Amino acid sequence: MSRPDLPTPQLWTFHGGLHLPDEKALSSDQPIELLPLPPLLIIPLRQHIGAPARPGVRVGDQVGKGQVIGTADGYVSAAVHASSSGTVIAIEERLIPHPSGLPAPCVVIATDGQDAWAPLPAPLTDYRHLDPALLRERVHWAGVVGLGGGAFPTSVKLRSERHIETLIINGAECEPYITCDDRLMRERSVQVLEGARIIRTLLGAERVLIGIEDNKPAAIAALSAALADTGPDTHIRIIPVPTLYPSGGERQLIRILTGREVPTRGLPAQIGVACQNVATTAAVADAVLLGRPLIARVVTVTGRAVARPGNLTVPIGTPLSHLLAYCGGFREVPRRLLCGGPMMGFTLSDLEIPVTKAFNCLLALTAAEAPDPGPALACIRCGRCAEVCPVRLLPQQLYWHARAKAFDRAQAYNLFDCIECGCCAQVCPSHIPLVQYYRFAKNAVWAQEEERRKADQARARHQARQARQARLEQERQSKLRKKREILDETTAAAVPGGVADGDLDARRALIEAAKQRAAAKKAAAQSSTEPVDQG
Amino acid sequence: MAPENAHSRPPPAAVLSSPHGPRANRVDQVMLQVLLALIPGVLVVTWFFGWGLLINCVLAILFATAAEALVLRLRRRPVLPTLGDYSAVVTAVLFACAIPPTLPWWLTLLGMVFAILLVKQLYGGLGYNPFNPAMAAYVFLLIAYPLEMTNWLAPHLLTQHHLTLAESWRLILFGALPPDLSWDALSAATPLEALRTQLREHQVMDAIRGAPWWGSLGGRGWEWVSSAFLAGGLYLLWRRVITWRIPVAMLGSLLLLAGLFRLIDPQHYPDPAFHLWSGAAMLGAFFIATDPVTASTTPRGQLIFGAMIGVLVFVIRTWGGYPDAVAFSVLLLNIAAPTIDHYTQPSVFGHGRKS
Repeated sequence: MSRPDLPTPQLWTFHGGLHLPDEKALSSDQPIELLPLPPLLIIPLRQHIGAPARPGVRVGDQVGKGQVIGTADGYVSAAVHASSSGTVIAIEERLIPHPSGLPAPCVVIATDGQDAWAPLPAPLTDYRHLDPALLRERVHWAGVVGLGGGAFPTSVKLRSERHIETLIINGAECEPYITCDDRLMRERSVQVLEGARIIRTLLGAERVLIGIEDNKPAAIAALSAALADTGPDTHIRIIPVPTLYPSGGERQLIRILTGREVPTRGLPAQIGVACQNVATTAAVADAVLLGRPLIARVVTVTGRAVARPGNLTVPIGTPLSHLLAYCGGFREVPRRLLCGGPMMGFTLSDLEIPVTKAFNCLLALTAAEAPDPGPALACIRCGRCAEVCPVRLLPQQLYWHARAKAFDRAQAYNLFDCIECGCCAQVCPSHIPLVQYYRFAKNAVWAQEEERRKADQARARHQARQARQARLEQERQSKLRKKREILDETTAAAVPGGVADGDLDARRALIEAAKQRAAAKKAAAQSSTEPVDQG
Repeated sequence: MAPENAHSRPPPAAVLSSPHGPRANRVDQVMLQVLLALIPGVLVVTWFFGWGLLINCVLAILFATAAEALVLRLRRRPVLPTLGDYSAVVTAVLFACAIPPTLPWWLTLLGMVFAILLVKQLYGGLGYNPFNPAMAAYVFLLIAYPLEMTNWLAPHLLTQHHLTLAESWRLILFGALPPDLSWDALSAATPLEALRTQLREHQVMDAIRGAPWWGSLGGRGWEWVSSAFLAGGLYLLWRRVITWRIPVAMLGSLLLLAGLFRLIDPQHYPDPAFHLWSGAAMLGAFFIATDPVTASTTPRGQLIFGAMIGVLVFVIRTWGGYPDAVAFSVLLLNIAAPTIDHYTQPSVFGHGRKS
């Protein structure tokens, strides 16, 4: 499909997976619309994995569009920028889209409607001949993070100690309902390809494979056409992959396209692969070729509870209520309001939560779309979960051990290899919330490890203190002993025959004798000088 | 209505974990599929052996449901939702398919109380029982009441006496035979039992195959029963209620062993098809060994589990003390299932394939 002159590339499969009703037709025909500016932007300082950005503005400051308002704090961190011009009215904790539902520090900007750009760095159009460090620095400055949901700072992934043979661009978008990457590939195909070329240059990869699920023929066609238009590029291939959830999982897509499995706890770089999402790739192109930071992203607003589902370019920090109002609000009261898709998304508790860089879909499901699964029944050990698990885990055994709080047993069954894709829970005839059990077990293990780490620390501190005290005591003792020895030596020298240690009377007598001798000496000296004075 | 709604909070139910979409399956649907798949077998048995099985089904379902409701009341568990999973009904129908069609009603009652009370609910109910309840009850009765449990009717092809519905009821409820009939006229040995007896009498296969009860695949009539259960099993495979591993491994190992001995000594071992189309081989392979609760759950484990059942069935049928062996074999492997599972864990993605 990508290039007629090339043979169809070999594809591999992963174990399990699910054919789900994709529900993408609700929004896939809606072109990306630019969302009007909201009056208020709430920009979290941490929208990525790693250290939160350090706020670089104060309350009352005027900021321009694209101005850095939070600087990256270290290597694994990302800068955040003002998505529009206006005034900083608060730097405080606000609710953010996070499964925990907890608030986090945000910069709140009252927009002025001018949407005036701050001074931007010069475009780096000639990227092929520039220092790669300069390009990475640009991407780092632009605050680009993985837009597929991972939100890992992209600049970190643009350097590799190991040789990268294959760059995979992930356009699979396997979660039902979500269409933002589909629309982006159709409407911004040139940027996606440019970004892919930039990243390939940076990593020195031999080939670029753009994997797209075959339920998005328009995206495949658009990218293929753009590839043909931009001249022959034998390094890039667009590969339709069979639609099967979760083929968009990083490790699953790498498996499909290369036949190789990323080692557990390892990185794709270990098998010579790097993987980037299509939207991330386009954001890299914007940063390098236009000098623009990541201040907006495409968000799908969908679900049958939304009056007019669509795809919107949303300034980062826009409250969800603003998106919803633009889409005509709710058609009916949603049963669930989610960030992300129905398989892996998490519920949102409030509509004043802002869109962040990783926010790909606002999903409002009706009661029919997200029916109450009812009370969980007993596991009948049917094994459907193991059949669909893309990681070849035994979800059932994990469930028993997580439920029994036998966390070491759960870990022996490779709890931490679980990618929480939700396939097992989806097919469970007993409607057991399996993923929830695994999250619970993982959190408990993390808490245990944290506890153990703290206990170890405390024990180490305690032991160090005891050692210090013992050492000081020893030093004191040895000093005392030395003093005593010196004392003993001097007294022994003064009184031939020596004095028993602790013989106080004898010592006192000696001291008294010494005093008398000194007094006599003094007196003698005085008497001998007097005549001289007189004389 | 939209803008005001846009600011309303989602309902509090929204704190549940992903996935959020409608679930693909439910326990009661699985059980109903199994019951549906049993219908052809039940109908064919009824065709060849009279109303007994249907009456036993009704009685067994009644007793099993009552026993389950009683225990649930005693355990202070919700009664109706648990009854609604139909697992007790499946146990009852499987039990009814295994017992002779004229078994006295009080043995059915005993069997169902044993299955539901002791084998299922004492261990914690559906999902926790280590043994298949229907098979455990069958084996219990077979050992305690060997006469009643081996008293099979002759298929209607081989007898002129057919019990009417009322006569069947009277026989099961009161043990009363129609006045002009004796047990000898009604009953007949099952093909496996007949074969066993005749081999013990030093007859050779060539002679046995000439007997009136011998059909083309198994015993006359019985081969159709097995084919009907096979059809139901294929339906379950098609609907993905069960996977191919256990039935294929069980029937495969039975076929292999039977074929091997047939090759070695064709005069003293029946052909492999006879093993597959006689007794409870088909019913066991598709409906009993595949009981998810008590079977092995790992892919390789299911192959071992199924194959071992096939081996035991052949061994007990050929050299053991009972003509058929599916229930014993399944129960023996039920005990082994957790151990098999432990040693057959699949290699996890990214851990390097062990193969």
